[in-house]
Amino acid sequence: MSDSDSSFTLDGRIIAFAPGQTILAAATAAGVYIPHLCAHPDFPPHGSCKLCTVTVNGRDGSACTIQAAPGQEVRSDTPELHEIRRVLLQMLFVEGNHFCPGCEKSGRCKLQALAYEIEMLSPHFVQFFPHREIDASHPEFFLDFNRCIMCELCVRASRDVDGKNIFALAGRGRESHIIVNSPSGKLGDTDFAATDKAAEVCPVGAILRKEIGFATPIGARLYDHAPISRVDLAGQEK
Amino acid sequence: MTEIESALDPILAKYHRDPTALLQILRDAQDLSGWISPEIRAAAASALAIAPTRIDSLTRFYAHLYDAPRGKYRILFSDNITDRMAGSVALMELMLKKLKLERGKLSADGLVSIDFTSCTGMCDQGPALLVNNLPATRLTARRIDEICGLIRAGAPLDQWPAEFFQVEDHIRRADLLLGAPKKRGEAIRAALALGAQGFLDELEKSNLRGRGGAGFPTALKWRSCRDAPGEKRFVVCNADEGEPGTFKDRVLLQSFAATLFEGMALAALVTGAQKGFLYLRGEYSFLRAPLEATLAEMRRENLLGATIGGAKNFDFDIDIHMGAGAYVCGEETALIESLEGKPGRPRIRPPFPVTHGYLGFPTLVNNVETFCNAAAIATIGAAAYASRGTKQSTGTKILSVSGDCQRPGLYEYPFGVTIAQVLEDCGAPDVGAVQVGGAAGNCLIPEEFGRRIAFEDQPTAGAFMVFANRRDPIEAARNFAHFFAHESCGFCTPCRVGTSLVAGMIDKIAAGHGAQYEFLDLKRLHDILRASSHCGLGQAAMLALGDMMQKFKPAFERRLITRDFEPDFDLDAALARARELAGRDDAAAHLGEDI
Ligand SMILES: Cc1cc2nc3c(=O)[nH]c(=O)nc-3n(C[C@H](O)[C@H](O)[C@H](O)COP(=O)(O)O)c2cc1C
Ligand code: SF4
Ligand code: SF4
Ligand code: FES
Repeated sequence: MSDSDSSFTLDGRIIAFAPGQTILAAATAAGVYIPHLCAHPDFPPHGSCKLCTVTVNGRDGSACTIQAAPGQEVRSDTPELHEIRRVLLQMLFVEGNHFCPGCEKSGRCKLQALAYEIEMLSPHFVQFFPHREIDASHPEFFLDFNRCIMCELCVRASRDVDGKNIFALAGRGRESHIIVNSPSGKLGDTDFAATDKAAEVCPVGAILRKEIGFATPIGARLYDHAPISRVDLAGQEK
Repeated sequence: MTEIESALDPILAKYHRDPTALLQILRDAQDLSGWISPEIRAAAASALAIAPTRIDSLTRFYAHLYDAPRGKYRILFSDNITDRMAGSVALMELMLKKLKLERGKLSADGLVSIDFTSCTGMCDQGPALLVNNLPATRLTARRIDEICGLIRAGAPLDQWPAEFFQVEDHIRRADLLLGAPKKRGEAIRAALALGAQGFLDELEKSNLRGRGGAGFPTALKWRSCRDAPGEKRFVVCNADEGEPGTFKDRVLLQSFAATLFEGMALAALVTGAQKGFLYLRGEYSFLRAPLEATLAEMRRENLLGATIGGAKNFDFDIDIHMGAGAYVCGEETALIESLEGKPGRPRIRPPFPVTHGYLGFPTLVNNVETFCNAAAIATIGAAAYASRGTKQSTGTKILSVSGDCQRPGLYEYPFGVTIAQVLEDCGAPDVGAVQVGGAAGNCLIPEEFGRRIAFEDQPTAGAFMVFANRRDPIEAARNFAHFFAHESCGFCTPCRVGTSLVAGMIDKIAAGHGAQYEFLDLKRLHDILRASSHCGLGQAAMLALGDMMQKFKPAFERRLITRDFEPDFDLDAALARARELAGRDDAAAHLGEDI
């Protein structure tokens, strides 16, 4: 096989890929960062946040769902695409209630880290200020859906890895929200456990472990040392 | 067994306790008491051995499933712009006043609730409403009065005058499809004479393209489905017809159902599918019984069922699946999710349904009108068919004409007809704009009325809404913006959040508080939604608005304030409570313009 049979170009760079790989996976393997939120290497493509929007042969699409193909011309690092990503981040910020300075996830949150990465300076749009519940019924975890970005990673992890089906996405449009599968609708009434995959996948501060919130002080956290682009490529993300 | 369990049992049995049928089960179960009560939820979940959250994810997704009581009479006013132009808002207010109700709230006696719903497909005979899924058309103040009387008297719907529920075909111009109904069985017999491959070749020669909007070559789709690996195949008719301003499928379903079902049988002949689904939008529930009757007749006539037309190995039957109030379910992958008993969230494409569709099997999805055309091609042959229309757009297109014209209804033309010709035929002399293709379509102004309805010029799934000069484009823009915000499935960020932001901005502009700031933001969002949305809903949500902002710039600019920006937070309004407490409302107690 010649090189061009198994490679595409990303902003002019030649990227080799393995059959079945998405553009995002191939780029990551080749050491090129494409911003993303709902994609996770342990799960099949989902394609909902749209942060990974790239231009493939002149058409926009999601790098995390589009299969790499020989000879594709992919653009990612352009002012237009960064503008799209910045606006999408602003949308995610105004849609929920994100008070970063008071959030235990600050410094470890992918949403926040991406906002730094893409230089989102303000939320710009009208805040929705939705009313969302906090659920502290579980002994070891609490849920604060004010910060949920509807990526469904918890849904996928609990269903596909833990086999517990604890979370589900309900509602539609701006009324979309995560629900907990128990008679009371509370996490405390489920068999959710610290060892669950779903306990570690939330990219934001919506599913949080109790009592360790500030064990690592702000300033010494994951994205305090290096931007998300570098952390992601180094595979340090958790 | 509790009372609920025994009431639920026949419904569960009818669907073989199959969770794939959850949406159908819940629709039927809701008819027991008008809502999905906690008892029904619990009983259904345990009988189907599924998590109760699966039920919640449906009741909270489909607009016509309720997890709270909505009354014995559940009234939903159709909220298309054409209903509004015909006075629907005043009629709803009248009804609310007469019944002493608030919109969206259940009456204290639990009898009735009144709300809006998205376009119900009665644009040529609006204003319209649905009462417990039955359409009442041609509403007037007098009719509202009569309905209120019947509700107060607690009269069951089957005792209401039948004329209230009369749905007219309004066929104004007929061609290939809307002429006299075809002789039943003719298309199947003709295709059987050609053989499966022979008919597919004929279909290819006809150059038929899908009528659901995208215009995909039909023969290519049928062939891909036939050739895709899989143990079974399915044929699905998309009768979701949710696009505001579109109602042609309703007439085809009401008066030409046998032709449609024959078209589906032809698809089965070509692809080898043995099972078909008609996905019928919930708003068209009134068509279900007559459609079932037609299916039963066709089975008796050996046009459906085993060895159709006496042909060995030609076994095919059709089930009707009901939607429950979700425009996005017209998108083919969302439709398949819905068929599988899930919320209608579009899948990642590719893979396309022709290879991975219903339950993962190769599945053919076509529009109602597409199947009817396929049947017509079998009957008259590809050459006669392709002699109509233009080279790239063969055959005819049915337009659903509504709005400011004297003769709203269906107009079937060979492709290539000009906008001006349609306007002349429907009696619309003083037109400011035409919205072609529905809320997700394009807004055309008089300079463009020489354009032609064709895939290569102005494509359309069939909606054709006429706006007289006196109409305010911003009202239409607002109506469409709220439609998309309401119908966004919520899966992807740009559409879930963006459509709501857009609706808020248009409201602000319409209320006279918008500035250039909002105008520019809308333009930016237009490009971002189109570029990054997951499915056609988000991608097209701002098309019409973009057209209007460009073509009616003065109308928008008149509404914009001259300041650069006005905050969304209204400081003066926020002080209302303080004024109330102080017992003051004089000029000095208000913040002036100069802050
Ligand atoms: C939001 C949305 C709504 C749609 N609604 C419909 C519909 O109501 N009826 C329809 O036939 N196609 C609808 N479509 C198009 C379908 O996805 C699909 O392309 C079509 O059913 C294919 O049939 P055709 O090839 O016969 O046109 C819709 C698409 C989108 C994105
Ligand atoms: S709770 Fe976290 S993981 Fe789950 S959908 Fe929300 S943001 Fe994603
Ligand atoms: S564009 Fe996104 S949110 Fe909108 S309907 Fe399609 S998938 Fe759902
Ligand atoms: S990372 Fe691709 S859509 Fe979310």
